[in-house]
Order: sequence, then structure tokens, then C-alpha cells
Amino acid sequence: MQPRKTPPLLELIGIDKSFGQQRILKNCSLNVSTGETVVIIGPSGSGKSTLLRCVNQLEPADGGNVFFQGTDVTNDPKAAPRVRRDIGMVFQNFELFSHLSAVENIMLAPMRVLGMSKHDAHDIALQLLGKVRIPDKAEHFPDELSGGQQQRVAIARALAMKPKVMLYDEPTSALDPEMIREVLDVMTELSAEGMTSLVVTHEMGFARRAADRIVFMEAGEIIENASSTEFFGGTVNDRARHFLDQILH
Amino acid sequence: MSLELVYQYLVSKPFIHGAWNTLLITICSLFFGVMVGLVIALMQESRSRVAHGATLVYLWLFRGTPVLFQIIFVYNVLPTFGIRFTAIVSAVMALSLNEGAYMAEIIRSGLQAVKKGQRTAGLALGLTPVKVMRHIVVPQAARIILPPIGNQMIGMLKLSALVSVVAVEELLLVANQAASADFRYLEALTAAGIYYLALTTLFMAIQMLIERKLDPKSRRKGRPAGLFERLLGTSRGASVR
Ligand SMILES: Nc1ncnc2c1ncn2[C@@H]1O[C@H](COP(=O)(O)OP(=O)(O)OP(=O)(O)O)[C@@H](O)[C@H]1O
Ligand SMILES: [Mg+2]
Repeated sequence: MQPRKTPPLLELIGIDKSFGQQRILKNCSLNVSTGETVVIIGPSGSGKSTLLRCVNQLEPADGGNVFFQGTDVTNDPKAAPRVRRDIGMVFQNFELFSHLSAVENIMLAPMRVLGMSKHDAHDIALQLLGKVRIPDKAEHFPDELSGGQQQRVAIARALAMKPKVMLYDEPTSALDPEMIREVLDVMTELSAEGMTSLVVTHEMGFARRAADRIVFMEAGEIIENASSTEFFGGTVNDRARHFLDQILH
Repeated sequence: MSLELVYQYLVSKPFIHGAWNTLLITICSLFFGVMVGLVIALMQESRSRVAHGATLVYLWLFRGTPVLFQIIFVYNVLPTFGIRFTAIVSAVMALSLNEGAYMAEIIRSGLQAVKKGQRTAGLALGLTPVKVMRHIVVPQAARIILPPIGNQMIGMLKLSALVSVVAVEELLLVANQAASADFRYLEALTAAGIYYLALTTLFMAIQMLIERKLDPKSRRKGRPAGLFERLLGTSRGASVR
């Protein structure tokens, strides 16, 4: 191992996870440094979502360690809420709170977790809605927004906690094609501004534009972990190549 | 039929007292029924086997026997074990325990109707499980369980007539007594019927007010949800999509 000044922002070491008899994650190790955007690809059921959920402790790992900002945060239920504040997460199905308007969805965590005043939280929420380019939808409820708009509110909701890293779990796979772009544009912009991101997606266009590294998973294992240049330059594992050929058609 | 007599019954002390007791029994039983139901629902959600088993026995007992039986049991049988309550307390107790068994089901299905992903999203933001319950699950479940609880409330009003069996001076008992004393069944029962309908209507109005309060969209500035609009159901479904 190379000596280094600062540890990576996020460090997964030998993560194991089983559901019942089924081994879902096998000895997965992955580092994400500050400012990096890492894209995870892989076939359905390969354990991408589970790996992401192990990062913010939504799923307890059976073995291995998760280090966040140099601290071991593995399986400490007491510390979990504290850790999750700094890790934003965006879901495939948006999961906006259906009883709250767009602006209230964004205000909830700053107020209830950080104890921010309603006034300050409202200011931040409006500013973030501007950032995700829907400033005029503040008072709309989730069922009054398109999928693309809902996902952008969900991104704003995560950003309101000023996270150190964003996790995205297939953020565009529930969207109609014409809405995928508007969400990816927001994500690309965030990455360009230096937001550390770990993204599960099959949008290879996004990976090309925004990713520093590509990780390929299959059957619970990390098979390839290459820089974007290497990956798209063709020096890539056969199985990853095969998978790519499939999703590109 | 003498309308004059109906009116006299309506404003007579026993009838007012009876209506008051009916209202009191209904509201208290409903309140404690919700509390009991909430405890049972949470016990059913818990992972403890003992808690789970206890709720099953409870539901079996209270759903498997008539309410009338339960009322008579609490009032007449418990005293032989040295546990004694006044008639009205016994009545409220039996109705609450019975109601709790049904309320548990309503509350549980309400909590379960809030999708798991909503809780996950709350946790991922750093909320503690208690705060997720308080700010995400309960508000959403409340909207789901309110209409069935409203129905239970009206059902409870009618069920309360059963407690006349342990001589609680509620509306039906009073009406029956007045009728057989004066041989004016039509007038006495009409007066009681008017009270029942008035109370039912009152409950429906309260239910509507609460539902309105719980509808998040009614809070939106500049677009108060009109009563008429709401009755016709035209205020929903304004989807942009
Ligand atoms: N809570 C759970 N209980 C049991 N099995 C689970 C659970 N969550 C996931 N699995 C299983 O773990 C495996 C990996 O699931 P995961 O969701 O991580 O895959 P994925 O790579 O995200 O797939 P997809 O592309 O379909 O989202 C699957 O076989 C799934 O059935
Ligand atoms: Mg997945």
C-alpha cells in the first residue's frame, strides 16, 4: 500500500453480505476519493443496490468494514443517523414524501435533523429548487410533478443536508426517455462542481461525460475497477465488454 | 303523533341526560379504543413473539364473542372476583376493549400502507427511526385510517345503545322508559331517533373537517379547497403529467 496524506472519503474493505443462504456481496472493496465520480454498472441482481445500501448502513454488512472520512462506521446503529446526514441518497423510485410539497420535502431533514429554523430551511429549499431548475414547482405535491421533476426534487432534498457524498441508485431507470436527460444534466453539473458521487446507472453517456472511474460488478463481485479513460479506451475485462455490448443494444 | 310531545321529550331532562351519556360513552370508548388499537398494532409490528402471541389471544377473545356478552361480563362477572366498576365505567371499558380489537386492524393496515421506501428515504436523510415514524409514517397513515375510524365512530354511537343492558341511562333506555310510562312509543322513539341522527350528522361533519385538515393540499397558499369542490371530488387529480 502506498502511504498517503489523507484517507479516501469513502473506503469499503472486503464487504460481505448474504440474504439467507444467498451470498449477495463477496469481498467487495472500493475507494472513493473526495471530488471523484464513480459509476457502478453490472447486470440485474449483481448486488449494486445492496452495495450502495451498505455504504450508508441501510443494510448491515456481514463482514468487512466501511470507513467514512477515515472513521470506521460499520454496523453501529447508534451512529448510523449521524453518518447518514453526510451521505445523500437518491432512489430509483424518487421516494418523495407524498404528504409534503416539493419545498417541504426539501425542508424536512434540515429542520428535523439539523434543527434549522423554518425560515432558513425555506431559503435553502428555494435556492436548491433553482439549482435543479424547477424554481416554479415549490408548492407542488409529488403527484403533481413529472417523474423527472420528482427526481430533481429528490436530488435537491438530499443536497439540502450538504452531504459529503451522493449515492444514486439507478436514478433514471424509472423515467421516460425524454426526462432522463434533465436529471442526468443536473447530476453531471454537480459532479463537475466537485460533488463526490457514487452512481449506479446504465447510462453510459453519463458515465463517459461525468465518471472518473467505472466499476463493473457481477454476481456480487467487483470484477473491474478502471479509470474512465482505460474503460472507454477498450482495455477492459471481457465480461465487462460483453455486458457493455448488451446494454448498448 | 303529537309533535308537541316529541318536543317536550326532546327538551326533557332525562332525554338530554340520556343523549349526553350516549355521546360521552361513544367518545370515551372510541378514544380508548384507538389507544388500545394503537398498542395492539404496534405489538403486532414488533418482532417479539410474546407480544405477537398476546395480541392474537386478545383479538380471538374480543372478536370471537358478542359485545353484549362483553358488557355483561365486565359489569356482572368481574365483581365476583372483587373487581367492581360503576355501570358507565364498565360500559366504556367493555366497548373500548372491543373497539380496540377492530381498531388495531385499521391502524395496522394504515401503517403498512406507507411503503417501505418512504421510511428508507427518511432514514437515508439522517432521521432517527422515531422521527421517521413521527414525521413521515404517521402523517401518511393518518390520512388512510381516518375514513374507517369515522365509520367506527358512527358504528360506536349505535353500539352504545347496548349498554342499556347494564342500566346505564343512555338515550335508548330513557326513551324506552318514557314510552312505557306514558304509552307514547311513537313520540318517545321519534325523539330518541332525532338525537341519534343529530349526533351522527355531527360526527360526519367533524370527520369531514379533520379530513380537510389532514389533506396537505388544503394548506397551499392561494388555493383553499372549497367545501363544495371537495364534496364533488373535483379538487384532486390536477396532475401536470
Ligand atoms: N432484502 C432482501 N432480502 C432478500 N434478498 C434480497 C434483498 N435485497 C436484495 N436481495 C437479493 O440480492 C440480490 C442483489 O440485489 P440488488 O438489489 O443489490 O441487485 P442490483 O444489482 O441492484 O440489481 P438491479 O439492477 O435489478 O437493481 C438479488 O438477487 C436480490 O434478489
Ligand atoms: Mg438495484
